[in-house]
Amino acid sequence: MLGLNKKDALLFMIVALLVGIAPFLLNPFPEGSSLGQMFNAGYPDLMQRFVIFGILVIGFNILFGLTGYLSFGHAAFLGIGSYSAVWMFKLLGYNIVPAILLSVLVSGVFSLLIGFIALRRTGIYFSILTLAMAQMCFNLAYSVLGNPNSNFNLTNGETGLQVYGNDPQYLMSEGSREIPHLFGLAMRDSYQWEISGWLFTFNTGYYLSGIIMLVAFYLSIRIFRSPFGLMLRAIKSNKQRMNYTGLNARPYALAAFVISGMYAGLAGGLLSSMDPLAGAERMHWTASGEIVIMAILGGVGTLVGPILGSGFIEYFKNILSKINDSLLHQWLSWLPDGLEDGIVWVLHFFVGKGWQLTLGVLFMLVVIFLPGGLVEGGQRVGRLFRRKKGGADGASAKQPAE
Amino acid sequence: MDAIILQILNGLDKGSAYALIALGLTLIFGTLGVVNFAHGALFMLGAFCAVTVQRILSLSYSVLDETKKDFLGNPLKVDTHYIEAWFGPEIGASIIDWSVPLAILFSIPVMIAVGFIMERGLIKHFYKRPHADQILVTFGLAIVLQEIIKAYFGANPIPTPAPALFTGSFDFGVLIGFAENAITYPIWRLVYFIFALLVIAAVFAFLQFTTFGMVVRAGMADRETVGLLGINIDKRFTIMFAIAACVAGVAGVMYTPINSPNYHMGMDFLVLSFVVVVVGGMGSLPGAVLAGFMLGILEAFASMNEIKQFIPGIDQIIIYLVAIIILLTRPRGLMGRKGVMEE
Amino acid sequence: MAILEVKGVNKRFGGLQALGNVNLSVQENTVHAIIGPNGAGKSTLLNCLVGKLIPDTGSVMFDGQSVLGRQPFEINQMGISRVFQTPEIFADLTVLENVMIPCFAKRDGAFRMHAIEMVASEKGIREQAEQMLEDVNMLSKLNEHAGSLSRGDKRRLEMAMCLVQEPRLLLLDEPTAGMARADTNNTIDLLKEIHDKRNITMAIIEHDMHVVFSLAQRITVLAQGTPLVEDTPENIKGHPKVREAYLGEAN
Repeated sequence: MLGLNKKDALLFMIVALLVGIAPFLLNPFPEGSSLGQMFNAGYPDLMQRFVIFGILVIGFNILFGLTGYLSFGHAAFLGIGSYSAVWMFKLLGYNIVPAILLSVLVSGVFSLLIGFIALRRTGIYFSILTLAMAQMCFNLAYSVLGNPNSNFNLTNGETGLQVYGNDPQYLMSEGSREIPHLFGLAMRDSYQWEISGWLFTFNTGYYLSGIIMLVAFYLSIRIFRSPFGLMLRAIKSNKQRMNYTGLNARPYALAAFVISGMYAGLAGGLLSSMDPLAGAERMHWTASGEIVIMAILGGVGTLVGPILGSGFIEYFKNILSKINDSLLHQWLSWLPDGLEDGIVWVLHFFVGKGWQLTLGVLFMLVVIFLPGGLVEGGQRVGRLFRRKKGGADGASAKQPAE
Repeated sequence: MDAIILQILNGLDKGSAYALIALGLTLIFGTLGVVNFAHGALFMLGAFCAVTVQRILSLSYSVLDETKKDFLGNPLKVDTHYIEAWFGPEIGASIIDWSVPLAILFSIPVMIAVGFIMERGLIKHFYKRPHADQILVTFGLAIVLQEIIKAYFGANPIPTPAPALFTGSFDFGVLIGFAENAITYPIWRLVYFIFALLVIAAVFAFLQFTTFGMVVRAGMADRETVGLLGINIDKRFTIMFAIAACVAGVAGVMYTPINSPNYHMGMDFLVLSFVVVVVGGMGSLPGAVLAGFMLGILEAFASMNEIKQFIPGIDQIIIYLVAIIILLTRPRGLMGRKGVMEE
Repeated sequence: MAILEVKGVNKRFGGLQALGNVNLSVQENTVHAIIGPNGAGKSTLLNCLVGKLIPDTGSVMFDGQSVLGRQPFEINQMGISRVFQTPEIFADLTVLENVMIPCFAKRDGAFRMHAIEMVASEKGIREQAEQMLEDVNMLSKLNEHAGSLSRGDKRRLEMAMCLVQEPRLLLLDEPTAGMARADTNNTIDLLKEIHDKRNITMAIIEHDMHVVFSLAQRITVLAQGTPLVEDTPENIKGHPKVREAYLGEAN
C-alpha cells in the first residue's frame, strides 16, 4: 500500500490512527476532575506541539539516525522557519500557505549554507561547528538583526517578531480573518464535544499539523527505504569503504542535512502559524539540545522513535511542571511523617520548575543503559513477553528500520 | 594607540577564561579522546564553590542587643558572623572579604573529587562507545549539574565581590607614559590574567618536566603505542581528567568577581571554548591557549564603539565568523596536527 | 598492453624516503604481485595508486588517464577497486545491502539523489547482487549483519563488493594476512577462479610466497622504496639479488 511494504504500511496506519483519535486518547479523564487536571493533555496548543515537534525530530532523525552526523544546532532552522512565516504574515497576510512555503525554502537555503561549511569536517568537529553556527544565528537574531531602532530590524530582538497594525499585508482582502488561517479556516478554531463530563477538543491547527506530520512521516519512510537512505546508512557505517566504492559521501550528507533542515523549517513555520510570534529563544542551543534529547529518547535511526520521543517529552514536561509540593504531600500522606517529608524534599527538585533535572537524568540513563531509546525498550519488553509465551513470534509495531 | 592597548587589556580577562577552559578541554580530548560537553559545567561548579565559601564564611547567628532599640522600643536583633565572633571583628571581616581567593583552596579538593568521580563513574565506560555517545552523555551530565545548581542556588546571578584590596581600577597608562586616566583597568582583571598565566605555566611545566607529563604527552601523540608499552594509562587518564577539572574549577572561582555566577554561565562559556579549541587546532595545547587569548582580544576590539558604528553587532558574532574563516582556509585550525579525530 | 603505468614516483615522509623513483607497469589480464620486506614501501605505493596519498613527483596513469589529484571515489569510478588488509565493509548493514551499494555506485555514479524510489523495487540491482553472492558462496548469509560474519566471510564479502563493480583493476592488500593455511588456500582458489572467469587484472601486495607463486604471472620486488627486479615467477625464484634482499631471510 502507498508503495510501502506491509510492515511499514501497518506502522503508518497505526500512527495515522493515533493522530486521528488523539483528542480522545489525551483526555481520558472527565473535565475538571483532579485526575483530569493532572493527566489530561488534550489542549489544542499542547497537541499542536506534539505533532509539530514530531515533524522536527523526524527530520533530525533523517540526518542523525541515518548518517550519524550529530547536529547540535538544529534549532536554528526551527527559528529561521518561524521568523520567515511571521514575515509572510506581516507582508502578505494571514494565510499560512505562503508562510509555510517560505519557511521551508528559507531554512533550506540556510541549511545548505551551514551544511556546506560544517560538512567539511566530520565527527566531533561537525557537532561543534553546527553548535557554533547555530549560536551565531541566535546572536544575530537576538541582538544584531533585532535592533528596533535600526532600519534593518529583521527579528525585533528580545520582544520577538510579531504582526503589527501598520504592517502592509498586501494580500489581505476585506473581511479576511485577523488570525492565521488556511483559506478562511483559522488555526485557532476548535470544535468542542462535551459528553457526560468529558470534554474533547478538535482543533483545526492540530489536525492540519497532524496531516502535515503524516505526510512528513510518510516521506521519511520512503527516504529510509530508498537507495538514497541506504547510502546515508553506508556513510554512518563506514565512510572509508564508501569512498573506495566510488561514492562521494559529502553531497549525500549535505542532501540529508538540507532535508532535515527543511523539516525543521516546516516545523518552525507551523509553530508560527499556530501562534504568530517568533522569538530568538527558539534558536538557543538549549532548544537544539532538546531536539537531540527527543531523538535519543525515542530511538535514533528508527522510524517511529522520533514521534515517540517528542510526544513523550512534551507530555511529561506538561505533567511534571504541574506537580508541586502540596500535591506530593497529598499523594504520599500514607507514609510515616518523617519519611514523607524526606521523600517530598528529594522529589521537590525533580518536579515543577525542576522538570529539566528529571529530563537530564532520564536522558543520561537512556544514553547509558538504553542507547536504542524507547523503541529498543519496547522491543526488549516485547521479547520478554514472547519468551514467556514460548517463543511465539509476532512482528511488533515498533520494529525499527533495520 | 591608547585605545588599542585598552582593548587588548579588555580582551585579556575573557581570553584568559577561554584559554583555561579550552586548555582543560584539549587535555581531556587529547588524552582520553573524549569531547567533554560537561566541561563548562565544571567551570560553573568552580564559580559556585566561591559562592559556597562566601556563604559558609558569612554564616551568622542573631542575638538581641539590649542596648539598641528599634522604633517600638523592643531590643534590636543583631546578626553576627561566626567568623567575626571567633577571630574578632577585624580579622573576621577580612576573612569574609577574602572569600574568593580562599575559595580556591576549597575548590581544588572539590574539583579533584568531582573530576575523579566523573571519570571513574561515567566517562570511563564510554571510551569504547562512539563519539556521538560521549557527546550525548556529557551533555546530559551538563544539564543535570546545571539544574542541580539552579535548584539549590536559584536562577539569579549571585554577586561575589573581590577582596576590597583589589576592587577599583588602577591607571595603567601612566606606567607606560600615557596621559593620566587614558588607560584605566580594573585591578581584579589584571589579577585574573596573571593567575591564568600562572595556571597555564604550571600545566605546561607539569607536562614538560615530569615523567608523568611525558607519558601523557606521548599518549596524546600516539595512544596505542603507549598502551602497548605496558604503561598503565588508565590511571593517568583519571589523574589528567581531575587536573583538567581542577583548572576549569579555579578558572571559575576567580572569574566570579568579574561576572556574578549563574547556573548557565558554564554552557555560555563552553560554546565559545569549543570554538576556541577548533580555531586553535584540536589536540594542540599551545593552540588552545593562543586561540583563547586571540579570540578574547578580538572580541574586545569588536565591541569598540568605533567599530560597532561601522558594523553594528559585530562583537556578538566576530568569534564565530573568525572560526568559520579559519576553518575554511586552515581546516585543522591554527596549530592542529594531522590525523586528530579524522576518519 | 599496460593498464597501469607508474613512472618515476617519489614520496617522502619528513626525512624518510618511502618511495624512490618507482617504475611499474601492470599488463592487462595479468596477476601482478608486488613483494618486498617490511617497510619496503608496498603500502605507500598502493595508497598512491588509489588517491589516499599524492606522490611528490612522478606520474600514475591508469588506462591512459592520470589518477593523480583525484579523490579515491573518482579513481574507483575509473575502474580501480581495492581490497583492504583488514576487511572494510559496512558492518551495520546486511550482507545483501553491502553488495547492493557498489551496484548502485556502478550504475548511478558518485552521487545521485534517488530518495523516493524504493530499494525493494530495484529488481535488477538485487539480482546482480544475489548472483555475485552466489559466486562467492555466500547466498545463504544474505540477510545476516555483515559485522557478525567470520573474518574469512568478511574477506569474501569485501571481495564480492569489489568484483560486482566489474573493476578493470583489482588491488589487493595482503589478502591472506593473518589467515590459517586452509583459509589461505581457499582464498587462492577464489582469486584464481575470479581471474580465470572474469579476466580481471589484479595487483597483489603479499608477504606469503606461497600465495605469490600460486597466483602471480609477473612479480615486482620492492626494497627500500625502489623496485629491484621485475620478472616472471620462475626467474624471480632464482634471481641472486632477490635472494639476497628478501628470500634469503624469508626462508
